[in-house]
Amino acid sequence: MATKRITGSQAVILSLLEEGVDTIFGYPGGAIMPIYDALYDFDKQVTHILTRHEQGAIHAAEGYAKVTGKAGVCFATSGPGATNLITGIADAMIDSIPLVCITGQVASPLLGTDAFQESDVVGISMPVTKWNYQITTADEIPGAIAKAFYLAQSGRPGPVLLDIAKDAQFQEVDYEYKKCTKIRSYIPEQPVDPFKVKEAADLIDGAKKPLLLFGQGVIIANAEEELKQFVEKTGIPAAWTLLGLSAMPTDHPLNVGMLGMHGNYGPNIKTNEADLIIAVGMRFDDRVTGKVSEYAKNAKIVHLEVDPAEIDKIIKTDVAVLGNAKKSLAMLTGNVKENRHEAWLQEFRDCDKIEQEKVIKKDTYPEKAGLTMGEAVRITSEIAKHDAVLVTDVGQQQMIASRYFKFTQSKSNVTSGGLGTMGYGVPAAMGAQLGAKGRTVCCFVGDGGFQMTIQELGTIVQNKLPVKIILLNNNFLGMVRQWQQLFFEKRYSFTELQNPDFIMIGKGFGMEGHKVTKREELEDGIQRMMDHDGPYLLEVVVEKEDNVFPMVPSGASVSDIILEA
Amino acid sequence: MKQEFIITIYSENHIGLLNRITINFTRRKINIESLTVSESAIHGVSKFTIVIKETEDRVKKVVRQLEKVVEVLKAFYHTNDEMVYQEIALYKVPTEALYESDDIENLVRKNGARILEITKEFTVIEKTGHKTETQEMFDALNQFGVLQFIRSGRVAITRDPIERLSEFLKERDDLLNQVD
Repeated sequence: MATKRITGSQAVILSLLEEGVDTIFGYPGGAIMPIYDALYDFDKQVTHILTRHEQGAIHAAEGYAKVTGKAGVCFATSGPGATNLITGIADAMIDSIPLVCITGQVASPLLGTDAFQESDVVGISMPVTKWNYQITTADEIPGAIAKAFYLAQSGRPGPVLLDIAKDAQFQEVDYEYKKCTKIRSYIPEQPVDPFKVKEAADLIDGAKKPLLLFGQGVIIANAEEELKQFVEKTGIPAAWTLLGLSAMPTDHPLNVGMLGMHGNYGPNIKTNEADLIIAVGMRFDDRVTGKVSEYAKNAKIVHLEVDPAEIDKIIKTDVAVLGNAKKSLAMLTGNVKENRHEAWLQEFRDCDKIEQEKVIKKDTYPEKAGLTMGEAVRITSEIAKHDAVLVTDVGQQQMIASRYFKFTQSKSNVTSGGLGTMGYGVPAAMGAQLGAKGRTVCCFVGDGGFQMTIQELGTIVQNKLPVKIILLNNNFLGMVRQWQQLFFEKRYSFTELQNPDFIMIGKGFGMEGHKVTKREELEDGIQRMMDHDGPYLLEVVVEKEDNVFPMVPSGASVSDIILEA
Repeated sequence: MKQEFIITIYSENHIGLLNRITINFTRRKINIESLTVSESAIHGVSKFTIVIKETEDRVKKVVRQLEKVVEVLKAFYHTNDEMVYQEIALYKVPTEALYESDDIENLVRKNGARILEITKEFTVIEKTGHKTETQEMFDALNQFGVLQFIRSGRVAITRDPIERLSEFLKERDDLLNQVD
């Protein structure tokens, strides 16, 4: 390939185009101005979304990545621009989201001199990136960008950051782009060991009460079909983690619901009765395991996982099958016998009956006066024909929406799991909408998290993104209040909010919306939001002191899950 | 039970990698007892030797995390018994003390130490050995007043006949080819 002489900044943009980037989220500033100047000539090839804060840009990039499976791309300037990305980078790191962040940096001769807007971004981002690198000469740019995309998207994905000194952006380079496909010191995934598959298959064939737990690894590996074939052949009940939501249709007969602190009754309580746990692409997060020393004590553990460091990290495995879940699941299906576990599955249905009676009906078809989060979620999902992309913020609305929103297709759940980042919802929803054009994106937020990134309403309106925002307003930092009620003797220390007129704020940004306070207005209100051509803010005023149940109290075993207070 | 472990890391020689490695210890509040970095027998490959006191379970987990660092080629951990290791210590004593008696000369002979430099004011003595040995020498010399003392980080090699990295690099190439 012939090389051409261009500036480092032009090389950045051309390299991104080579990687198939169609959307960039960012915010300009001094040290990244040459790159923004180069971007000006490429408005036909790539969409740049100017957010209102760098945190908005990074969460939007996460939302985009979650629904597309491709790396989200983010631009920010040096110093405060870059540091404002950090929360989102940490979020992406713990939730394995592919991101390529490009930050401007002061000119290389000024490095280490406390120059204007200089901060040690490589140092600051090191603990929260899969890889990062500082570029000080233009000729490093194509190679570094190629490596960045390869690392972000391969193996266990994660965020990477390139910090580009301003002089390197101005410098000229003989540009030539080669995609990165191999790095000597990096093995993205281990080849699946057929002997381990056989060992796992033997355990599966011999199990009386097997339970499969699946996480986001299934979605990342595009292994949804392989998962379905495996459970259908073996008849094994399957439960999803928070990040595994949508990897299987909600109403699949073998989908027994959600694990975790506010997950479903059956999968939690049955974890401790199962004689075999098959964990696929999940990492035994403490919100899933509860008290580790009492977790799945009757079960042998089979763990299908791409990241060797996850094996035995929390729960000791009996058989670890390393490698890509798409390959390992397919091999496993080939090795197991056809089977049914009707009586065992019935136990999950019985648990579901109990949960329906004690929790779900009250949540989703309440008879009390006040509105519940659960009914708002149920109706929204129904009107969307259970086919929308769900975006949630963090807290009570996140748990309720994750429990009651239904899915028919994969890559439809966007939430902050590991880091639990309040303020994630609204910006992630706009990224998700850009990644899933034509699909309905429903974003549930609470009144607390909404106000952390409310400025992004401006971005949504400017870019005409038809995001449906459902604000579930209880005038409280609800999840913290719930804990204060249950574990801190109702000492509501700094959890009540004096809120603004949200609808007026929305209107100020040019966003349509209205407020619902009564049950008879709810369904019409949601319908009106869905029918509206464009972004919409629906505020639903819900009961102030509702709690999310079931709940595995912090530090308790999953079998100590409580259904009501 | 906590005990001393020697972690050996082979990596590419890249800027910032030391930080990427040490943050894995910092985040778990593990103290690094000693750290040495140098080029290995293979050109372009650096070798870290890190000594920590920890339980084997924690060491195992940290080593797995270290292997996830993109530029790390391979990380191992060993107990002290499994490796041959040395540290080097330098002692500066007043030269006058050497004139006054044979004690320092005897200490140097007995410990297999050697004298590196003698000036009118001071004499620099070097000893290699395990920490307990260099510490004993320090305590003995200190009767005469040690002016300055410094001990290096540990260097260690396995009892294997060859540098295991070459095997691992070969295995790694095979793996990379298989995954494509």
